[in-house]
Amino acid sequence: MYVEHLSLTDFRSYAQVDVELGPGVTVLVGSNGLGKTNLVEAIGYLATLGSHRVSSDVPLLRFGTEQAMIRAMIVRGAQKTLLEVEINSGRANRGRINRANPVRARELLGICRTVLFAPEDLALVKSDPSHRRRFLDDLLVSLLPRHAATRSDFERVLKQRNALLKSARAGKFSSGHEATLEVWDQHMAAAGAQLLRARLDLVERLRPHVARAYAELTEGPKEARIDYRSTLSGPLTDDGNAEGATAGEAADLAGLSVPELTERYLVAFAAARRRELERGISLVGPHRDELDLILGGAPARGFASHGETWSMALSLRLGSYYVFLEDAPAEGQSPVLILDDVFAELDVQRRERLAGIVAGAEQVLVTAAVEADIPDKLDGRRIAVVPGGIDEGQR
Amino acid sequence: MYEGAVQELIDELGRLPGIGPKSAQRLAFHILEADAEDMKKLVTAITTVKERVKFCSICGNVSEQETCSICRDPRRDPTMICVVEESKDVQAVERTRSFRGRYHVLGGAINPIAGIGPEQLRIRELLNRLSDGQIEEIIIATDPNLEGEATATYLARMLKTIGVTVTRLASGLPVGGDLEYADEVTLGRAFEGRRHLS
Repeated sequence: MYVEHLSLTDFRSYAQVDVELGPGVTVLVGSNGLGKTNLVEAIGYLATLGSHRVSSDVPLLRFGTEQAMIRAMIVRGAQKTLLEVEINSGRANRGRINRANPVRARELLGICRTVLFAPEDLALVKSDPSHRRRFLDDLLVSLLPRHAATRSDFERVLKQRNALLKSARAGKFSSGHEATLEVWDQHMAAAGAQLLRARLDLVERLRPHVARAYAELTEGPKEARIDYRSTLSGPLTDDGNAEGATAGEAADLAGLSVPELTERYLVAFAAARRRELERGISLVGPHRDELDLILGGAPARGFASHGETWSMALSLRLGSYYVFLEDAPAEGQSPVLILDDVFAELDVQRRERLAGIVAGAEQVLVTAAVEADIPDKLDGRRIAVVPGGIDEGQR
Repeated sequence: MYEGAVQELIDELGRLPGIGPKSAQRLAFHILEADAEDMKKLVTAITTVKERVKFCSICGNVSEQETCSICRDPRRDPTMICVVEESKDVQAVERTRSFRGRYHVLGGAINPIAGIGPEQLRIRELLNRLSDGQIEEIIIATDPNLEGEATATYLARMLKTIGVTVTRLASGLPVGGDLEYADEVTLGRAFEGRRHLS
């Protein structure tokens, strides 16, 4: 698929901007702070309903405005779809498909698929597990939009259960608390099992593709592997290290159904009860799981060099791209690739290899402050981003 | 900011549910420009409601007397109780005219974030009503959202030991709707709650 036209109103720095895009490679060039990333961020938002740079929607609204609008014409094979998202401050966001009646923004998920590479991806490898969980969940929702509900249901149960545990802290635990907690246990076990099952399946699909992407990027001797580590296999400490859990224990979750996982959670909650009451938070559940990234047998986090860390981060994104291709192999269904300022961060070899892999995609959008950073393989249309808008026609 | 009385009125109106600052301002100016007689009626209505309307001592529904008209009505089926969150839910069920039992209003749903636990709801009153052994079925009609479902689970666990039939309203496809427009969660629930036709 490709984005044919993008129009933004009161989004980030833009009061109004219109960009014509097309299949193949498009490079957005401009100095820092002019809004290159804002353009691609908007396309990413259509796919995930979230920004890759910030966790809340507030910074997306142009300063002093109450509403931002993203409009994009998506071409998938012979089919054209107009997507519109209205980002509101203080109200629920709304979406429209082909100028039909407004619907919940969530209905737009799954129509526009993107894989976005950004400097922030380094955090996927180096930072805490929440970044990796978010990466998995975002990919999950893009592949199977119904899991947007799985994810939000779980988050809501978790909040309620945490509120209850907090109120039961400091010796105020009564029999009333106990009965209510059992109710929330049931609901959290059910919601958690749904999310866990979905993530486990996704990691199975993703694993060979990440390994392949890493091999293509480096041709080195090290092999990349991803493994899902659940709190069901043993509690994780705060910094994400397992307390005595091994990969073998994690593997036994692979064949379990949602009702079986629900039972496992109920048992695990009972075992963790005392500790949870002491600390006033939920210690077992998919919200404390980890996606292990392993390079040549050692954890990437902490052990990998800077270059290897970058290759691992790129492999997760490229692996997502391969999963999308496998999921929808038909012509015109491949996701839009967005490379936001990544070439400046990479050494020449990784630059060339990455460019070689992505050059064949249906649409590639690249942003760069310096045109010299773009490898020659990515030859395509150049769009100059100038203050307040864009200047087309350059080549 | 307006001066004195006008701003005070806007602030008071803005505290009402569903009224933002702009709507509050609009209402305030409507009140200011409206006929004095009409506004007196509004003031009287508010005062009367606060003075006269109480909550039924049996079911917790709004009532002008000690007990509400439904609890007093001898034609109502005394063996069934429909448990709802709010008084307005009683009206919703009443409009169907298909339920002839009595009600029990909980006054909300279990919601730890808002600090509402079972002790804050009228659950003890419900248990008291069951003590005379007349009740045969309890229909749980809390909202089909997370908090309502949690409340339903809590009640079901608690009533299990007492020996009354506990049922839950079905959830599924809306009548007169199209299958293709149903969202995944609703459709999934409808599948779980499917019925035998033959």
